[in-house]
Amino acid sequence: MGNTTIKWVVWIVLSTIAGVWLGYTMLSDTADKTLFMPGPLTPGHHQLAQACDACHVDAFGGGEVLQQSCVDCHGKDRVKPFDSHPSKKFKDPRNAELLENINALQCISCHTEHRPEITAKDGLTQPVDFCFYCHQDVAKERPSHQGMGFETCKDSGCHNFHNNRALYTDFLIKHLQEPPMLGEMILPVKEFVNVLEEIVEYPREKYPVIPLKEKDIDASDRLNGKAEIKTDWLETAHANSGVNCTACHVNQSEGAINADSETINASWDNHPDHTVCTNCHNVEVERFMEGKHGMRLKQGLSAMTPALARLPMKPESSHEELTCSSCHGGHRFDVKKAAVESCLGCHEDDHSLAYKQSPHYLLWQKEINGKAEQGSGVSCASCHMPRVNHDVNEWMSRIIVDHNQNANLSPNTKMIRSSCQHCHGLEFTLDALADDSLIQNNFSGKPGVHIPTMDLADRENKRRQQEAAKDDE
Amino acid sequence: MKDMIMKNRKRNLVIGTAAAMSIAATAAISAEVSDATVSVKAMADALHLVMDSDRSVYTKKIVNRLVKKEKVIKASEHFEDDKALVLPAQMFRFGSELAMKRAEKLDDVNFSYTLQSLWPINKQNAPKTEAEKIGLKFVAENKGKNYYTTEKLGGTNYFTAVYADTGVAPVCVSCHNKHPDTPKKDFKIGDVMGGVVIRIPVDS
Repeated sequence: MGNTTIKWVVWIVLSTIAGVWLGYTMLSDTADKTLFMPGPLTPGHHQLAQACDACHVDAFGGGEVLQQSCVDCHGKDRVKPFDSHPSKKFKDPRNAELLENINALQCISCHTEHRPEITAKDGLTQPVDFCFYCHQDVAKERPSHQGMGFETCKDSGCHNFHNNRALYTDFLIKHLQEPPMLGEMILPVKEFVNVLEEIVEYPREKYPVIPLKEKDIDASDRLNGKAEIKTDWLETAHANSGVNCTACHVNQSEGAINADSETINASWDNHPDHTVCTNCHNVEVERFMEGKHGMRLKQGLSAMTPALARLPMKPESSHEELTCSSCHGGHRFDVKKAAVESCLGCHEDDHSLAYKQSPHYLLWQKEINGKAEQGSGVSCASCHMPRVNHDVNEWMSRIIVDHNQNANLSPNTKMIRSSCQHCHGLEFTLDALADDSLIQNNFSGKPGVHIPTMDLADRENKRRQQEAAKDDE
Repeated sequence: MKDMIMKNRKRNLVIGTAAAMSIAATAAISAEVSDATVSVKAMADALHLVMDSDRSVYTKKIVNRLVKKEKVIKASEHFEDDKALVLPAQMFRFGSELAMKRAEKLDDVNFSYTLQSLWPINKQNAPKTEAEKIGLKFVAENKGKNYYTTEKLGGTNYFTAVYADTGVAPVCVSCHNKHPDTPKKDFKIGDVMGGVVIRIPVDS
């Protein structure tokens, strides 16, 4: 065999091995496909690096397939009043020419993935002055904006492309002259218990809403003398509202309720996961899986761990898996712990570390020690998992704890209505949210910057009053 | 017994034939009906009649009655924040947006419509295309007449119809005259305050 023949054989064998390996990696459900990734993902999507098909659902689809993937996760926020530039605005033929500059019907026009070298804050991949494309004439319509550069449109406290619910003129005018601290500083109370009747999917037939006592425990042989579990459960809302051991530990789909102990034993699960919580808390679990804590579970990946995070995390908690019970703890489901200590068990950035020296934490301590009324304390969750009036379906809304902590995170003016405004005046809030060092020290002190938004609103209000006075004459 | 079976068979045959004939007849009529064509102008006129009637009913029987007569609720542009009724113009737009979204799923249904004005409170509702500019001016100056034309937008040809939108109720006039962003403050009941623009894509 000649030298050339050997080279050919080696080449063919190696090529075949490479081909088979690449083909397997591409087609397998379990193989790591990051090899094919054209560039690193944005902070918003980096957790899904192993789930290419979360976005690229169809190997043969075009841009419309990719667009549908964006809508599947982010679509709810692309509807008015949450979005100032909803897609329906651009589907009107009279706006066809606007699309020639920026195709606002495609998310990737402004949020291209896998391009870290051009990706700015919030995943923006357009130049910062992109508003110019459609709003060149803004100074004509709003003389107050004369001389302002287009690179300043999206400065903190001015405009967001999508969510301007706390930044529109009439809203600003309504909140002029508010003091930094409002008279009543109380956060909303969640409504789950009060609206139980309205939740049609609640399994009330199996678990009637009646307080349970120690004697009612339906899997006492499982306790094996673990008194702590019993005490924990008895003190919770679960025991108080009829949620027995089997409700969570036995697979409900197998009809094991009121079954003999043998059947219960057969389908018993010692470590029920988020799918069990969904039976009653479906909205909360759904929102959890839309945020960074749960998005991997939504895509069928292993749970998120601090080791996978890009933010600074405590090394000792690196391998904690994030499911419902990681923050709430089984049996006790301590929502106070979940609102502060669970967060600080992992998060180690400056803002988190500064929380316990902040005035917000002082208020929180007063509340949990019973020295101040309910809703007067400010926990991590008060701002990052706020209690909001949420459309639980097309016809109903109720106040839930929004477990998608990314929903109001960035740009941070999205936090104004869901959190800050329950206690603080709008001008103070806008200034505080624009002050990076104040955010870093977790709002210990006063804002060191001033945003002109409310001054503009004040001038516009005076102009309106003068116009109205002229009309009356 | 045999007779009876035969009789039954015969009856079944008769029923079956009659049913088949009637299905065939229905099918023939359906095909005839579905193949019948309506002019784009007639389609636009019919669409406008429905939307204008619904718009009048909402303005008169809901907004004007509850806001001006019963005085029990406000109507506001920020209806969610103000816990108020949606404005008639918003009601019209929401219907338009929903219709367009639903039409996307229907192969042979394609049209769009907007409410515009030469004196818009929201500047985005000012006429933009030549057809809109001429059409809105025409319907404002020629009371009772509609304006029809064709235009090309984004590479597609459209039949475009413009209909006058008249201030029918006191609320229309008072709100528009008082709004801080209005460019015109002397509307009277019965004035043409804007126009409805309907577009239907047509082959070139």
